[in-house]
Amino acid sequence: MKAVSAWGRLSDDLHDVQVLTDRTQVTLVMAAHQPGLAFGNGRSYGDVGLNPQGHLWHTTGLNKLMSFDEATGHLVCEAGVLLRDIQRLFVPRGWMLPVTPGTQLITVGGAIANDVHGKNHHAVGSFGDHVLRLTLARTSGEVLQLDWSTAPELMSATVGGLGLTGVVVSAELQLRRVGSPWLQTETLPYQGLSEFFELADASERDWEHTVSWIDCLSGPSLRGIFMRGNHLSQAQAEARPSLRAALAAQQRKASGKALAMPFVPPVSLVNGLSLKPFNLAYYQLQKLKSGLDVAHYEPFFYPLDNLQHWNRMYGPRGFYQYQSVVPREGGEAAVQAMLDAISASGEGSFLAVLKTFGNREAKGLLSFPMPGVTLALDFPNRGERTLKLFERLDAIVREAGGRLYMAKDARMPRDLFEAGYPRLSEFIKHRDTGISSAMSRRLMEY
Amino acid sequence: MQHIVIIGATSAMAEHCARLWVHASPVRLTLVGRDEARTQRVADDLRVRSPQSDVQVMTTDFVNAAAIAQTVNAIVARAPVDVVLIAHGALSDQATCQDDVLACDAALQVNGVSPVLFAEAFAKPMVAANHGTIAIIGSVAGDRGRKTNYVYGAAKGLVARYAQGMQHRLAHTNVKVVLIKPGPTDTPMTSDLKAKGQKMASVEQVAQDIVKGIAAGKPVVYTPGIWQIIMLVVMHLPRFVFNKLNI
Repeated sequence: MKAVSAWGRLSDDLHDVQVLTDRTQVTLVMAAHQPGLAFGNGRSYGDVGLNPQGHLWHTTGLNKLMSFDEATGHLVCEAGVLLRDIQRLFVPRGWMLPVTPGTQLITVGGAIANDVHGKNHHAVGSFGDHVLRLTLARTSGEVLQLDWSTAPELMSATVGGLGLTGVVVSAELQLRRVGSPWLQTETLPYQGLSEFFELADASERDWEHTVSWIDCLSGPSLRGIFMRGNHLSQAQAEARPSLRAALAAQQRKASGKALAMPFVPPVSLVNGLSLKPFNLAYYQLQKLKSGLDVAHYEPFFYPLDNLQHWNRMYGPRGFYQYQSVVPREGGEAAVQAMLDAISASGEGSFLAVLKTFGNREAKGLLSFPMPGVTLALDFPNRGERTLKLFERLDAIVREAGGRLYMAKDARMPRDLFEAGYPRLSEFIKHRDTGISSAMSRRLMEY
Repeated sequence: MQHIVIIGATSAMAEHCARLWVHASPVRLTLVGRDEARTQRVADDLRVRSPQSDVQVMTTDFVNAAAIAQTVNAIVARAPVDVVLIAHGALSDQATCQDDVLACDAALQVNGVSPVLFAEAFAKPMVAANHGTIAIIGSVAGDRGRKTNYVYGAAKGLVARYAQGMQHRLAHTNVKVVLIKPGPTDTPMTSDLKAKGQKMASVEQVAQDIVKGIAAGKPVVYTPGIWQIIMLVVMHLPRFVFNKLNI
C-alpha cells in the first residue's frame, strides 16, 4: 500500500498501486486487481483520480508513441504519454496538440478522461474534439477499438468520462500545424466585468488564445489582466532574428533543473496577509508589460510548470480549486455575485482565472465546457469556513444554470452535480462495473 | 550515422537511453531483445521520435553462448559498432533464489554470465577496429553482498570485476569500457518496490547520466551520483556494524 495524494493535497490515503507498463497486459492487471481506477500524472485536484484503500492502476509507464503520419498529423500513442513529451517532440517538426490545459504535465489518458480545455476553447473546442480513436480496456477482459462513427455512444461516455468506462490504453490524436514555437501576445489591463466581456468578445474572432487573470479581492472596481495570443507563422518568426537566441535560452531553461517548492511550509503561504500585496504587485507588474509582445508557447500556456511542487505552497492542509462555468445569459451577474461572495469572505487566491468558452457543445456526456464563462480560483483549505463559502458559490452556480469542473472538485454536493450534468443517466449505462473512484462513490451509485 | 547496439532494449533504462540518443541526432540503432513483439514496440516508438534514424530489431536467447556469438556476429556484419549498451537483467527475488537452486542459476546466468558473454563477443571486433565503447549496466548491489539481494548482487559483482579487467586490458586502446551502477530506479523491474512506496530515482535522470557517461567514456558511472558516496560508506562499514544492519 502506498499513500497517494491528488494535486490539491487534501488527503493522502493508502492505495494498492499496480504499475501498468505493457499495453498488451492491461486487461490482465485490471482483471486481477479490481475494482480499481486508472491514475495518470496526478494533476487533477480533488478525488476524481483517487480510490482510497482500493486499487490504483498507474498509467505513466504506458509511454510509447506508436505511429505518426506526417501527411495528416495523426499521432497514435499510449495513454500514459505526457502532453509535454508530445509538444517537445513535435513543435520543432511543425506540429502541436490542438488543445492543452494550463499544465502540460498530464497524461493523454487524463486529458481524455477529463476532456480538458485550453485558452483556445472558442476556436477549437476541448481535447476530446481532437481524439479520433481510442483503445479501451474493460475489467471484463475486452479490449475495444472505438471511434466516433462505429461507437459514438461509448466514445462520448469515455471522453470526459472520468476514467469510469474503462482504461484508455492508447489513442489516435489529431495534431495541428504550427509554424513556430512563438506566439504574438497582447496584454491588456481592464477594470470591471463588462470591460472583460467586451475584450473577450472583441478578441474571439481574431485571437486564437484568450484568458484573463483577475484580482479576486479587488471588490466592486474589479481589476484584471486580459491576455490574448496567436501563433506566429514560420515566416513571421524568421522575420524576428532575435528569436533565435531567445529560443536557445528557452531550450536551456527547459532542459535545466526547474525551480521547486522544496518543502511544505507549516502554514499556507497564500493567506489573508500575503494575498492583497501579492495581487497588487502582480497587477502592477503585468500592467507594465501591457501591449504587444512575443512569447514562447511554454511560458505562455504553462506558466506554473516551471515551479515544481507549487501545490505545496498552500501548506499541510492542502487547497481546493473551485472552477465553475455559467451560461452567458446572466453570466456576468453570476460571476459578479461569486466575486462579491469571495471578497466578502476574505478567502481567495492569487490564481484566479476568468475565461469565456466558445459557443459549442463538448462531445463528452460529462464534459465540463459549455457555452458561457468559466471562473477558476484556488482556496487554501481552512476547513469549515472554506466549505461554507463554497456553499454560497454553489447556490449562485445552481441558480445560473452552471456546473462545476470534476477535474478540480473534491466536495460538490450530489444535487449540484446532477443539475449541472443533465446527460448523467445516459453516461451511467456505459460504466465499467469493475471501476470505481472516490468521486464516483461520492456522486454516483458506486 | 553512429551505430548503437542495445542488448535488452525493452528495459526501461535502455529505452530511455535510446530516446535520448535519437533525440540528439539520427542514429543507426540495433535493438536486441528476447521478445520480438515487445522489442518491436520499442522500435516503433523510436521511429516516431526520429524518422531519420534506422532502427532494426533482433531477438536472441540471452542465456545461450552460441546464440550470443551468432547474434553479435550478425550485428557487426551489418555495420561497425560505435557503442554497445548491455542493459538486460532481471531483479531476482532473493528468497526464491535461496529456496530454489534453479531460480538461483537462472538469476546468475541472466544478470551475470550473459552480459559478460555479450561484452566479450563485442570486444573482439571492436578491438580489431580499435574503436568503440562497451557500456554494461551493473548495479550498486554488486558493490557489497547483502542478505536482501546477494544473488543478484553477486551476478552484478561478476560484471563489475569483468569490466575492471577489460578496462585494464584495453587501457591503451581506443576501445572504452564503461560500467554503470544505478541505484534503485523507478522502472517496471522495481514496480513492486515502487508500489510499497520506496523512493527511487527517475529513469529519465538515470538515462541522462548513462548517456553522458558513455559519451565521456567514464570507467565507472554511479547514477544518481549520490550512490558513489553511499556505497563508499557501505563498502567500508566494519563487518560487526554491517552485520547488525537490516539492509
